[in-house]
Amino acid sequence: MSVTTVERGPAAEPAAAASEPSYLTGENTVASWLLTRDHKRIALLFFASITFFFFIGGFAATLMRLNLATPEGLLQPAVYNRMFTMHGIIMVWFFLIPSIPTTFGNFFVPLMIGARDLAFPRVNLASWYVFNLSGLVVLFALVMGGADAGWTFYTPLSTSYANGYVFAAALAVFINGFSSIMTSLNFIVTIHRLRAPGMTWMRLPLFIWGIYAVSGVMLTATPVLAMDTFLLAVERFLGVGLFDPNHGGDPLLWQHMFWFYSHPAVYIMILPAMGVASEIIPCYARRPIFGYSGMTMALMAIAILSFFVWAHHMFVAGISIYSGVAFSLMTFFVAVPSAIKVFNWTVSLHKGSIIFDAPMLYALSFVLLFTLGGVTGLMLATLGIDVDVHGTYFVVAHFHYVMVGATVSAFFGALHYWWPKMTGRLYPEIWARFAAILTFVGFNLTFFPQFILGYLGMPRRSYTYSPEWQSWNLLSSAGASILAIAYILPLLYLGWSLLRGRKASANPWRATGLEWATRSPPPAHNFERTPVVALEPYCYDPERDTYVTQEGVPHAG
Amino acid sequence: MYHWIPFWPDTAAVNAIVVNNLYIAELGVSGLIMVTVVAMMLTFCIRYRKGSAASRADRVQKTWHFEIGWTIATLGAFLVLFVWGAAIYIWLYQAPRGDEEVYVVAKRWMWKIEHPGGQSEIDALHVPVNKTIRVVMASEDVIHSFFVPAFRIKRDVVPGTLETIWFKADKIGVFKLECAQFCGLQHATMQGEVDVLSGPDYARWLTEQGVHESLAEQGEAVFRAHGCSGCHGNNSTVHAPPLAGLYGTYVHMQDGSVRLADEAYIRDCILNPRSFTVAGYPPLMPDFAGQLGEDDLLKLVAYIKSLGKQESAQ
Repeated sequence: MSVTTVERGPAAEPAAAASEPSYLTGENTVASWLLTRDHKRIALLFFASITFFFFIGGFAATLMRLNLATPEGLLQPAVYNRMFTMHGIIMVWFFLIPSIPTTFGNFFVPLMIGARDLAFPRVNLASWYVFNLSGLVVLFALVMGGADAGWTFYTPLSTSYANGYVFAAALAVFINGFSSIMTSLNFIVTIHRLRAPGMTWMRLPLFIWGIYAVSGVMLTATPVLAMDTFLLAVERFLGVGLFDPNHGGDPLLWQHMFWFYSHPAVYIMILPAMGVASEIIPCYARRPIFGYSGMTMALMAIAILSFFVWAHHMFVAGISIYSGVAFSLMTFFVAVPSAIKVFNWTVSLHKGSIIFDAPMLYALSFVLLFTLGGVTGLMLATLGIDVDVHGTYFVVAHFHYVMVGATVSAFFGALHYWWPKMTGRLYPEIWARFAAILTFVGFNLTFFPQFILGYLGMPRRSYTYSPEWQSWNLLSSAGASILAIAYILPLLYLGWSLLRGRKASANPWRATGLEWATRSPPPAHNFERTPVVALEPYCYDPERDTYVTQEGVPHAG
Repeated sequence: MYHWIPFWPDTAAVNAIVVNNLYIAELGVSGLIMVTVVAMMLTFCIRYRKGSAASRADRVQKTWHFEIGWTIATLGAFLVLFVWGAAIYIWLYQAPRGDEEVYVVAKRWMWKIEHPGGQSEIDALHVPVNKTIRVVMASEDVIHSFFVPAFRIKRDVVPGTLETIWFKADKIGVFKLECAQFCGLQHATMQGEVDVLSGPDYARWLTEQGVHESLAEQGEAVFRAHGCSGCHGNNSTVHAPPLAGLYGTYVHMQDGSVRLADEAYIRDCILNPRSFTVAGYPPLMPDFAGQLGEDDLLKLVAYIKSLGKQESAQ
């Protein structure tokens, strides 16, 4: 395999300042990893866990697309129903929600604000153990046959009728929430208390703002999820009529409570991805981000407004017409800051000096796919159209554009962008660009046909469909096989780069953030001296091809 | 009128025409946003690629007036879409009395349709063209969703209450009826068809069913069998609220509130009368929760509604 690794910075300096070994090589016993309190090692532990669940959830998706290639299908209905339920539960709670915060958030929040670690290192480690405990419970549910009520657990189907391991899955979600709460609490305290001297709020990199916004949402919304799943268990096991109308309960109460958590959870999945894009775009366009303060305000506005739009999942569920109208209006409001962000990212390319390396390709895919997911979200927010397309593949396509197209692209962008810092190795650029383009192509082939299927009226969560819809479904399944290759490819070449990749310098991308001021990979205590911040982030100058780090150190072209 | 567009679904009701127009407008706005973003991105990516000769001098420094500009522009466009969509929603979800009524019982995994004349069918709904059809829906078990893509209408059928929706088909033909809410194992096969017939064909279809007892008459039998007539009948000595002419009126409750006596209200009163004590009447009625299936409940509702019609006819 002939591979070129590209480095945009000065050649790796000899490890002259290697007074302290890197966090990777310091101690190498199993216990030193499993009992570590180093945020960087915990980030890698989380990375291993969520990668495992990403492929489990992906396997379920593969079976689903395989089944839908023909109208008759391959799977038993019961198996198909369990597959889409487990796909939803695993992808939402065991990959998307923890993905960027627990890996890149854990690794880079302290590094980017100039801290030695997170505020509560032991809580951070406990969060990983709680996450894995919930993972064991969900694997138990899966191995025993899986839950079959959909990831939304709609009552009374989930409490009185479903016969899969619904409660085990709900218990896994309940436990998982505590991991989210611990991680988000840690981030909030760290960002408030442990910023390096000179790192004022308006000098924070936008990734930190994204993590801060998402932590606020996680900390306040996740307890509601714990209440929801607890009440679900109360109804299922004690027979108390909360959601079942036969016992005096109200099925819509469940939907209100569930979406009160799960709509903010959608923003939990996208806000960190927005932060990632805001780091990558200025670095590869070599110019400051357009409208930094507008970007921070938009992030916070999205975080706050996300709590007031939950019932837009219930427009056809029999809520009052007036609350339908109110929630539609709020949903249009939350779209405004999202639109501002899209325009700001796009204009951040104006008069730049753009380099099309893999992280940038992923970031540009993020913007495009997020925009398409966003405008179709506007359609769903429009009441008259939602009545038609609600519960169809249109909705499936819409949220996959936002949650998979946008968030997973940003995840891979972050993985490539920060790979040299995390591992000390450069990844092979040609392969990475190929994977980024393949992801974009495969993704659109998979999910764009689903918009058309939805408008034609194909209901979601169906193991079979009318034969006239086969060509679109076949196209979608073909796209999914391309997407699967595009997702497996990085596993191979990144693994290769760990062994054979060129050693990375401290700042291979000539970036301005504090995380690039320390060695690659960083020493266990991050910095040899506490950095002092002098400037706002993203001081790139495309005209002279120079940049100034946040510490105020100028670098020539 | 949009059939020249590729992959356009059937349009077979007045409801669908209205939604089509909004959908086209929304596609236009979405397309405009996408084209703007893609065009800007492509232009900048080509013009300002690393090493190009384009000047990078005089970059925009003050950004806020741009941001205010596109905030106002997007907000304005969004508000137009919001108002348009909300107006349609209010129109779609306030079912008028209708020229015809049908009752639907959803259960895992079938649609049972009951016509006022007593005809019933499964997974098929025969309706006349160009008539406003009011659909009253109940669920026996879990949440289902009544969805006719060609009419662009959908409404969840939530157990524990009655939901209504309406449509006015304007095209003769057979259209898909689907369940759009996951309802368990065979959700995917909970499908039927809506047969839109011409007026004479519909009349012929009704008579061909060979039914002699209307839904209200079947309801009257339930009414007697469960002893309702003992108190609510004409010759009763018990002080119970009169039912004749009740449907569609406003009822004053003991707790001071006022309620519209629609189908859901009548159903609630039968199952849970203590929560719906009418002003001026003692709370004597036993509750019938668990004793009546959704089928019988709909028949009772149809009977009680018919009492109003007989009254006004006399």
